[in-house]
Amino acid sequence: MTTFAPAESERESVPTGLRRLSLSRRRRVTDAVAKVLMWLSLVIAVVPLGLVTYYVIIKGAGILSWEFLTERIPRQAQTEGGGVGPAVVGTILITGMAALISIPLGVLGAIFLNEYGKQSALARTIRTMSDVMTGVPSVVMGLFVYIAFVLLTGEQNGLAGALALACLMLPVVIRTSEEMLRLVPDELRQASLALGARKWKTTVSVVLPAAISGITSGALLAIARAAGETAPIVLVVGLTYRVNWSLFDGNTALPAQIFRNASEPFPAAVDRAWGAALTLVAIVLITTLIGRFIANRFAIKER
Amino acid sequence: MTQTTERPAVNLTQKGRGVVADRTFWIISLVSGLLVLAVLALILFTTLREAWPALSYSGTDFFTSSTWVPNDPDGDGPLGPQFGALAFIYGTVVVSLISLIFAVPISIGIALFLTELAPRRLRAAAVTVIDLLASVPSVVFGLWGIIVVGPALVKVFSWFHHVFGGVPVIGSVVGEPASSGRTFTTAGIIVAIMIVPIITSITREIFATVPESEKHAAFALGATRWEMIRGAVFPHSFGGMVGAIMLGLGRAMGETIAVSLTIGAATQIVPNIFASGNALPAVIVQNWGDPGVPPGRSALIACGVVLFAITIIINYAARIVVRRAEIRMKGAAA
Repeated sequence: MTTFAPAESERESVPTGLRRLSLSRRRRVTDAVAKVLMWLSLVIAVVPLGLVTYYVIIKGAGILSWEFLTERIPRQAQTEGGGVGPAVVGTILITGMAALISIPLGVLGAIFLNEYGKQSALARTIRTMSDVMTGVPSVVMGLFVYIAFVLLTGEQNGLAGALALACLMLPVVIRTSEEMLRLVPDELRQASLALGARKWKTTVSVVLPAAISGITSGALLAIARAAGETAPIVLVVGLTYRVNWSLFDGNTALPAQIFRNASEPFPAAVDRAWGAALTLVAIVLITTLIGRFIANRFAIKER
Repeated sequence: MTQTTERPAVNLTQKGRGVVADRTFWIISLVSGLLVLAVLALILFTTLREAWPALSYSGTDFFTSSTWVPNDPDGDGPLGPQFGALAFIYGTVVVSLISLIFAVPISIGIALFLTELAPRRLRAAAVTVIDLLASVPSVVFGLWGIIVVGPALVKVFSWFHHVFGGVPVIGSVVGEPASSGRTFTTAGIIVAIMIVPIITSITREIFATVPESEKHAAFALGATRWEMIRGAVFPHSFGGMVGAIMLGLGRAMGETIAVSLTIGAATQIVPNIFASGNALPAVIVQNWGDPGVPPGRSALIACGVVLFAITIIINYAARIVVRRAEIRMKGAAA
């Protein structure tokens, strides 16, 4: 920057024709307007984030308490009090199960792409298709699990929700894990192979540990996003009003409770929606921050 | 040294347990990779199969009629339920276009700010803000939209209606606002907030691939910063920007919950962007609990199939455009 804005003493030495003021007024104004617009667009993006945070905290903090987080959901939406205990438990169980399904499969898929498939036609197809799969709307994933699981087993439950979230997480985990595996230097692999380790041994005990922090942070970000998914939960999970610590016979989750209560005309229901929103945002934010912390703290330096 | 010669020679090429383990691991990882293809194929197959009863029941009316009457209006009479999704397709398109109108200039502005203008320290903070914006669940934006933004926007809509209502063509677009504040535009604005992070992050990556030498060349020719952006950054990034916008469009079309809360659930095709409407994904979650008489649920799944087809095509095309642009630019940079 200093080269473009010389100090006051040097300014005298700049030839008149090269000074900023010697630009035509139109060019100077256009440049200034463009810069202001760029600043402005950042400000415009910050405003909604600030407003959402403000409202969620102001409206949610009033109702948030230990009772709110643990008590059962009232059957009638207009009932005062009650809590979202079943939804908190449901969110933890369903998202946890989704992570247990999708992360091992996703990491294995990434290992295939980066360690075996590389630039083969099959690997390239899988890569493109996982990008495409990232764009599948969550509601379509919900419909898919409804048809493929709920219609077959005949019941809506938490496991169906976990499967839907797992399908949504899978392509994200594959792509982020592959990026991280790609950053592992080839010298590590060669050294391990030269010591006589088989390829699977090399992958499991050398490549994966080297990339584990990046994979973990990517997985946590995927979990954070999945925890906020609403549409699949609404379609396949069913409903419960009491705390249910199993993934079967009816579950519910925080996003579904926010959705159900948000459009109710009763103040008690809307209060519960804000409380659930604050809880959900806190869960998502903490997971995201842990993910980012791990990514920053333990990142492999790019070659 | 003599001991080594006495040891039985190890045959390095012999097949043993290690080979089996190697092969097993390869197969497991291959199957995990193939899972993506399997799931995508299964989605296509199962949803099409379940949507078929409704599609064959309604025929082309599904795409050309905007009458959606899932409950049989006269019992066993001659009138059956009707499933015409045109109004929902219209709503999806209108909401996504409104969201792009808001999101595209802002995203490109932020991406330019981050790559060309921002001081280093501010840049990290700004990236964090955009990441946080992306991490807020859509249902929370929906809750905020239905309770805070919608009612607040009614006054703005009324002002537009009063000022521009008399102008010929524009007058019908900015018609009488819905009193609930749940409108096409409300939904569009909420969706715009959600797609800004996506478009920003991709355009930022694209802008970052513009060769420094070209930027310096523009400055050396006496260009101002904006002239440099127009002359060096934009021509280089055009393809990538188109791809990024398409990815944002795909995301906007699939957005379900926030749209469902803020669009107002009215089945109508009107030019008025301040009126209530409905969109394909929103109609699925709204009517899922009470889909009407058969093939009501199948008709909702058919809405999902249409949505799936549109988003897949947009996403696939966008990925190809972005990848082409990246390859072309990295080639130029080398």
